[in-house]
This record gives sequence, C-alpha cells and structure tokens, in this order.
Amino acid sequence: MTSAAAHPSAPATSATREPMLRAEGVSMIFGRGDQAVNVLDNVSLEVGKGEFVCLLGPSGCGKSTMLNVIAGFLTPTSGRVLIDGQAVRGPDRRRVFVFQERGVFPWLTVEGNIGFGLFDLPQAERETRIAHYVEMVGLKGFEKAYPRELSGGMKQRVEVARALAVDPDMLYLDEPFGALDSITRLVMRSELLRIWEAERKTIIFVTHDIDEAVQLSDRVIVLSARPAKIQTIVDIDMPHPRDISSPRYLELRDGILDAIGLAHKV
Amino acid sequence: MLALLVLWHVAVRLQANPLLPGPLAVAGGLWELAVSGLLLRYVVASLFRVTWGFLLAALLAIPLGLAFGWYRRMELAFNPFIQILRPISPLAWIPIAILWFGVGDVAAIFLIFLASFLPLSVTAMNAVASIPDVYLNAGRNFGLRPSQVVFRVLYPAVMPQLIIGLRITLGIAWLVVVAAEMMAVNSGLGFLIVDARNAGNRYDLVVAGMVMIGVIGLLLDIGVRSLERIPSISWGYSDD
Ligand SMILES: Nc1ncnc2c1ncn2[C@@H]1O[C@H](COP(=O)(O)OP(=O)(O)OP(=O)(O)O)[C@@H](O)[C@H]1O
Ligand SMILES: [Mg+2]
Repeated sequence: MTSAAAHPSAPATSATREPMLRAEGVSMIFGRGDQAVNVLDNVSLEVGKGEFVCLLGPSGCGKSTMLNVIAGFLTPTSGRVLIDGQAVRGPDRRRVFVFQERGVFPWLTVEGNIGFGLFDLPQAERETRIAHYVEMVGLKGFEKAYPRELSGGMKQRVEVARALAVDPDMLYLDEPFGALDSITRLVMRSELLRIWEAERKTIIFVTHDIDEAVQLSDRVIVLSARPAKIQTIVDIDMPHPRDISSPRYLELRDGILDAIGLAHKV
Repeated sequence: MLALLVLWHVAVRLQANPLLPGPLAVAGGLWELAVSGLLLRYVVASLFRVTWGFLLAALLAIPLGLAFGWYRRMELAFNPFIQILRPISPLAWIPIAILWFGVGDVAAIFLIFLASFLPLSVTAMNAVASIPDVYLNAGRNFGLRPSQVVFRVLYPAVMPQLIIGLRITLGIAWLVVVAAEMMAVNSGLGFLIVDARNAGNRYDLVVAGMVMIGVIGLLLDIGVRSLERIPSISWGYSDD
C-alpha cells in the first residue's frame, strides 16, 4: 500500500493503470539571483487514465505551481510534462482547470458561465448541455443569476459545471473546496465523486487536507514543504463510498500523517 | 432644495445692495433666454462640443489604453510622456488651441478632446493591468483565440472601471467646455456667462447660465451612472 519513493526522480505510478499524464523531472525556480525561489524540485509523477489523484502538501509548498505547470499555464524551469506522449505547450480545452481563487466570470450569469466554453456548438446543443450541467450541479432555478447573487459553494459548483460542460478528458482542481465551510465541503466532495463515477474523467485534485485526500482519491501523492519533492505516494485501496471511521481509513490517514512527520494527537 | 431656494430669496431680499440676483430674477432670466431661443441654442452648442471632443477622445484613448495595458512594455515607454502631460491643465492649452484652430468649434472640441484623452487612456490602461490572471487563464483554457479573449474576457472585465473613468472624465469635459467657451468661441453656456456680464452686467443671466450648467452636468452624470446598473457591469460595484 505505502510505497515511499526511494528515487524521487523515478516516475512513480500505480502499476495497474495505463499512464495518461507523465511529469518528468519538473523543477521550477521563480526569479533569479538572490531573489530566486526554488518551488519545485525535480518532481516526477504519472497519472493513469480515469484515475483520481490527489496532490497533498502543506500550504505554500508548490502544489498550485505544479498544477499550473501540468496545465500548461507555467513553463517549468526544467523538466517536462507529457500527455499521451505529447509535450504540454499550453492550456487546452480537453483539460480544464478549476481555480483555487474564484474563477467564475462575474459578468456572466450561471448559464453564461457554464456555456462559456461551448462557443463553437450550435445554439440548440449548447442549451441542452447547459441545462444538463445546471441540473447536475443542482443549480436549477439559478440559470439567470449572477455570481454575486450566489453563495460560495454555488459559485464553486458553477465553476465545476463550466469545466465539465466542455467534456474534458481531465480536470485539474486546485483546492476547489478550500474556501467552503465544512458541511458544504462534505456535500461537494460526494457530488464530485458522483460526477467522477458517472463521467470517469481523469482528475488531479490539489489539497492540503489529509482527510479530503484520503476520502476522495485513488492515490495520494504527498509533497514535501518547499521546494516540493515527492515524499511518498499512498494507494487508497478502498471502494467508494468510504467509511471514514473504518480501521482501514484511519490506518491510511495515519500512514500519511506519519510520512509528513505529524503526530496523531493534537 | 426648496428650503435652499427660500433661503436664497430671503438672503437676497434682506440686503440693500445684493451680491447675487435672487431666484426670481434668475428664473426670469431663464425664461427670457428660453423665449428668445438662445437657451436652447447655447445648450445644444455646448453639448455638441462636449459630445464630439469626448467621443473622439473615448474612441482613441480607450483602445489605445487597453492596448498599452495589454502590452505592459509600451506603457513603460509612454509613461514619462503621460506623467508630464497630466499635470498640465487643459485650460493652459487654450491659447494654443486658438492659435491652431482659430476661434470656433474646432478649438473647443480640441480642448475637450485633450482634457478627456489622458484620464480615459490611463483608466483603460490600469483597468487592463488589474484584471485577475484567473479570468485570462480561464479564457485561454477554453481554447479562445487571442481576439476572443479580448472580446469575451478583457472587455467585460474592464467595463466597470471603464465606466467610472467615463463618468469622471465626462464631468471634466463639461467643466472644460464652459471654460473654453469663455475664450475660444462665441456661443454656448460659457459664452453666455461672459457675454451677459460684458453686455451690461446682466447677473441674472450669468446665474441662469450657471444653473443650466449645473443641471446639465447632473443629467450627464445620471446618464452614465445608469450604465452602472446593467447586470453584466454592476458586478464591479458590489463588494464581491
Ligand atoms: N509567479 C511567482 N513568482 C514568484 N514566486 C511565486 C510565484 N508563484 C508562486 N510563487 C511562490 O511559490 C511558492 C509556492 O506557491 P504555490 O501557490 O504553488 O503554493 P501552494 O502549495 O499552492 O500553496 P497553497 O496551499 O497555500 O495554495 C510560494 O512560496 C509562492 O510565494
Ligand atoms: Mg495553491
């Protein structure tokens, strides 16, 4: 179950799945000279098709940076990211990013936001798609509402729906539920799992919340503090829905706590 | 409002040698101007100049400012230039405007253009520079071509700030037209004020002109403000 990455530069993978995404020796240094900040240190990882992977690490370690590199918004200082064998050169609508800061467009309604990426579809099909995803994320009745009239959780759902509506192969979620209260967060997690099981997207989910990682993902990639290195990779071999008080759950969670070097007691 | 008018009336009445014409005299002046058709003609003349000067400035300054903000380098190259021009009051250009264009509409329009151009381009520039990266990144993520990013992300994202800029600048333009008309032309509300004084100290007409300037300035402001309530724009005015 727990496979510590002995050689951080060697790609770490869950052997059973065909790799879809592969990051090879990604390093990122911001600035130069005295001001240089070393954020990513030779990170290599693989993500299989249809897999739900969490990138877990302390705040400020470089998770968003890594996800931005993977998504093609940032070019790494060294290393590269391959998807289906092709180097990533920029963002692509087949792989949609859900931003940590609120990324819904405040000048568009819920409908407008969800349909944002559907500009090349015929009108009728666009409307069907929008209606479908409005329904899926439970925003029926709010189609004409502007983001400022929605709660934080609703806005986050709009953003997830906007990403899903273009039917991407992959979703990159950067702490999507970080700003939500704990109840809404739990609801959103199970909704995300429901969507993932229905649509089988490949998901890379960034979080600094250990429980969130263990509840959601097939595999947890644990990053160290800055500069981020892969510290360990943990397979979560539990079927959904997961019993978060089962011995196995606690064992996995405590394994990660150990790996990070945290005590189990507060 | 009514109380103020009454106060004005009483204050003027109490003085033997009033410093200002009373409200009744001013109303009489307005009536006289309206009947003679001068009022309408002057208001139209002033609005005509503001419209042209302001529109020309907006049409040039906004795209230019947006482009400068988009390509930060150009902004840096032009910044010292803008910083030197900015503190020069548009009124300081009056002699040059008359020299170049003679006394007439063009000189006044030129002055309004000058007064509007810098604030509008600076507003547009800052508005672009302050667009959060997430919006641009999201636009690119959905496969938008650069021209689509401009129309679907950049343009709506800068609207709220742009409208504030338009409102403030229109206010400035309205101030400048009055001043310009005092020197560079012989019609309009500004001219009315100087002319009424010169031609026999008709202070009732002077104040009537001032009242009209205030009323129209207020209406212009209300007009631009109403844009702020369009739903796709008003997001910038809430505390979201
Ligand atoms: N464009 C940049 N220029 C310079 N430094 C940057 C830049 N972007 C990120 N950093 C630095 O890189 C480090 C990692 O940032 P990053 O946003 O990736 O962290 P994170 O793991 O996502 O943190 P959080 O959990 O708080 O979101 C931070 O110290 C940050 O200051
Ligand atoms: Mg982050």
